Amino acid sequence: MESHRRPQQRGTDVEPDGIGRRRFLGYVVAASTLTVAAQLGEGVLAPTEAAAAVPSLPGPAEIYDLNDMLTHATLPTANLITIRIDADGTASFALPRAEVGQGITTSSAMLIAEELDLPVDRIRVSLADARPELLFNQLTGGSNTTISTFTPIRVAAAVARGRLLKAAALELGEAIDTLTAKAGVITSALTGRSLGYGELAAKAASVTTGQVSVALKEPSDFKVIGTPQRRLDALEAITGRKRFAMDLQVPGALPTMVCRPPTVNGTVRSVANLAEVRALPGITDVVTVSTGVAVRGRTFGQCIDAVRALEVDWGPGTAEGKSDDTVRGELRRAELPLPALDLLTRSVDARFTFHFASNSALETNCAVADVRKDSAEIWASLKSPITAQEQIALELGLPVTAVKVHVTEGGGSFGRKLFHDAAAEAAEISRAMGKPVKLMWHRTDDFRQGRTHPMSTSRVRATYALGQVLTYDQRHTSVSTDFGHGVGEIITSEAARLPVGGLAFSETIFTLTQQTPYNFGVVTQLLSETDQGFNTGSMRNIYSPNVRCAQELVVDELAKRLGKDPYAVRRAFLKDARARAVLDKAAEVGGWGRSMPSGTAQGIAIHPEYHAYVAVLAEIDCRPQTTGRKIRDAYTGPRVTRVVCAVDVGLAVNPRGLEAQMMGGIMDGIALTLSSGLHLDNGYFLEGSWDNYFYTRQWNTPPELEIVVMPPTTGHPGGAGELAVAGAMAAVACAYGRATGTMPTTFPINHGEPLGFEPLPTTPPVPASPTDGLSRAF
Amino acid sequence: MPRHTFILNGKPVTVDIEDDVRLLWVLRDVLGVTGPKYGCGLGVCQACTSHINGKAFNPCSVPVKDIGPDDEITTIEGLPATVGRELHPMQEAWLEHDVAQCGYCQPGQIMAAVAKVRQAREEGREIGEAELDEIRNICRCGTYHRIREAIVAGAAKY
Repeated sequence: MESHRRPQQRGTDVEPDGIGRRRFLGYVVAASTLTVAAQLGEGVLAPTEAAAAVPSLPGPAEIYDLNDMLTHATLPTANLITIRIDADGTASFALPRAEVGQGITTSSAMLIAEELDLPVDRIRVSLADARPELLFNQLTGGSNTTISTFTPIRVAAAVARGRLLKAAALELGEAIDTLTAKAGVITSALTGRSLGYGELAAKAASVTTGQVSVALKEPSDFKVIGTPQRRLDALEAITGRKRFAMDLQVPGALPTMVCRPPTVNGTVRSVANLAEVRALPGITDVVTVSTGVAVRGRTFGQCIDAVRALEVDWGPGTAEGKSDDTVRGELRRAELPLPALDLLTRSVDARFTFHFASNSALETNCAVADVRKDSAEIWASLKSPITAQEQIALELGLPVTAVKVHVTEGGGSFGRKLFHDAAAEAAEISRAMGKPVKLMWHRTDDFRQGRTHPMSTSRVRATYALGQVLTYDQRHTSVSTDFGHGVGEIITSEAARLPVGGLAFSETIFTLTQQTPYNFGVVTQLLSETDQGFNTGSMRNIYSPNVRCAQELVVDELAKRLGKDPYAVRRAFLKDARARAVLDKAAEVGGWGRSMPSGTAQGIAIHPEYHAYVAVLAEIDCRPQTTGRKIRDAYTGPRVTRVVCAVDVGLAVNPRGLEAQMMGGIMDGIALTLSSGLHLDNGYFLEGSWDNYFYTRQWNTPPELEIVVMPPTTGHPGGAGELAVAGAMAAVACAYGRATGTMPTTFPINHGEPLGFEPLPTTPPVPASPTDGLSRAF
Repeated sequence: MPRHTFILNGKPVTVDIEDDVRLLWVLRDVLGVTGPKYGCGLGVCQACTSHINGKAFNPCSVPVKDIGPDDEITTIEGLPATVGRELHPMQEAWLEHDVAQCGYCQPGQIMAAVAKVRQAREEGREIGEAELDEIRNICRCGTYHRIREAIVAGAAKY
């Protein structure tokens, strides 16, 4: 439905066939080998009107969403991204984004391969260090990477291809239109003579920097974009050669851990046995820092022992005495009112509770820091490295240019790596010890003191009459979400231009991400926040999994009241043809409506976001023989037995990578609905290990999974990294409701059940590693 | 300081380290073998899964003193050599099914998969849905489905 307008467009050329092609401006950069560049930043997105039976005005997120804001924010401050061709015939590109598993290094290589006519395996994509001159343009979030880099990367590659052709023409003494570029080789159609890109790299180089106008390939000519491509970094990953932050060997950076407080954000009052712990085997340093007591030693194992040996008198934290129940009470008090209801109006009224959830990755918070008197160097996986660099420089009292920040490969993010908690802490510890440190959080700390997806409630009221939905009102109330990772700067600069002026920061994010894809008459969706005492942050898909799950459950309830089928009612009320198409595809492939045994059911849901649409059909088994499965130290519960997902991102650069993102999002959605939550009790979270925090495991994984990537619809990539989470969470919740006959209203659904584990002690804050591992060998 | 000798990826190694340091840290911090990852240090997440005498285990949960001079420790780095190839068939299947996302858990997943296939065969069957459901390794990117496909495909290769 949307189309891109590109500010870089500079008129059209008339091709021999009379069809005009848009042209873009790139640069040739002065260098000894061919180096080309393009401005980072994409066009804006134009809205189209929604067609509707009982029309709803387009919500703000439909006109201008978070992704548009991220794209837009880059325009005034955009800077150059460069591609270099080397004598070995490879192209190199430093991507100013964080790779945390999304596959963006692979998809970026594909964009280069397409315009450069060079095989993807000869393209080297690395992660750029923090580049403060990029200002806002080095943030990885909001599923924005491919959207914002789709054109600039191709423009730069097209400039390179043009320069290589020119150099070959000169070298061969032949006209440029007799030459063809293919697979990194330029060949003459007349003489058959050929030159490789490597041979031309120096000859195509420029002594001056200048602008070049290029046309991009038409989508009908794409040979790489849109084809399934395996991950280019897969071999490194499966051989153990992929280097994460903790795998780096930085001279002198010894293992370092922190003894953390027993309650959220507690503080150190005093330490009784500093000298004694300093003398433990392998330990080199013990210092008190703002977050606890840091220990440095020869091995992490010895650091764990030292952390456990510390006798610390702790002061109170920021959530002292709080529990799930007290926070729920706070949320109730902060809820904005729903519109008054006419006594004769029929309505669906529901209130949903979403408990705290953890965005902990498998790689715990970690960073390497080497802080000297007048400089500092940091290594970490960071999605907002410029913010990290600026804030660490401020803390250390150093100029920004004296702090070098290297972005390492990340072992997952899910929102965690938007923040630089470990990098800041490592810098503080390195300065205090006067030595380089390799800081790693313990798993238990990562759950208990790490950031969380905040607890929230959603109240929904939908009124209906004569087969139509007249109003839909949703009041989402949440513990405050911390967005202080750099998007805040964008908001500051962009807020005046947004069509949602006057809202607070998180309200703006909420308004820019939440949309109602249905014609439900007059629609209002509002956010209010309370309580800033928790360490929070965005978790994959921010508000959408909760808000949209609530909405889709209400749609199922409306269908019931209207006497309609859940699929049919969605189909009838959907605003957008792309949404209907994915819904139809999921229903068709999934065999919607097939007969299933009692205690099992299908659920179907759709989710629109970031100019993309996903529909998920889930089948669930809630029968006792399934929920009663016994696996040691595990939560089994209902089993999602089958998922069918149809996705339309406009243009899938790498359909295989897109399928992977959908698969991951589906596993997240299953977890959020059924099993993944934190229990807050007396100021701390009870969960301390992966056998306490029940993220999806193999025994929860659907044995059958099918993902259908729709053919290109818009010709432009939409967001993909987060899309499936909300759709899957909603579909699983709807399936559960239909299987059990009761609409679930508390998430995860198992939250109110007796605890499925024995909580680890809070003092010492981390458990000792087991010693009986050999007894479990298999 | 106590001295410990064992066989690591086919070669004998000797380290001077306290008895109770868990093997994971001897591998990663002392010997610089970083294929096995830390994900919990509790024997739960299985990210460090390696082999001892061909059986899968978690080095985070075994003190180095419990490893004897004849014990053969194999990490992901040494897996291909156990079959005398550039890559183990299970690793090839992992590539063919494009399993890895962030990749952090994948060395442990592959080491667990190889042991699981061997264990099933020792019990007289090929790996199936029931055995796949028993695998405890966490993948926070949620690659579980491709892991299942790759294990079945990998097992069919040898």
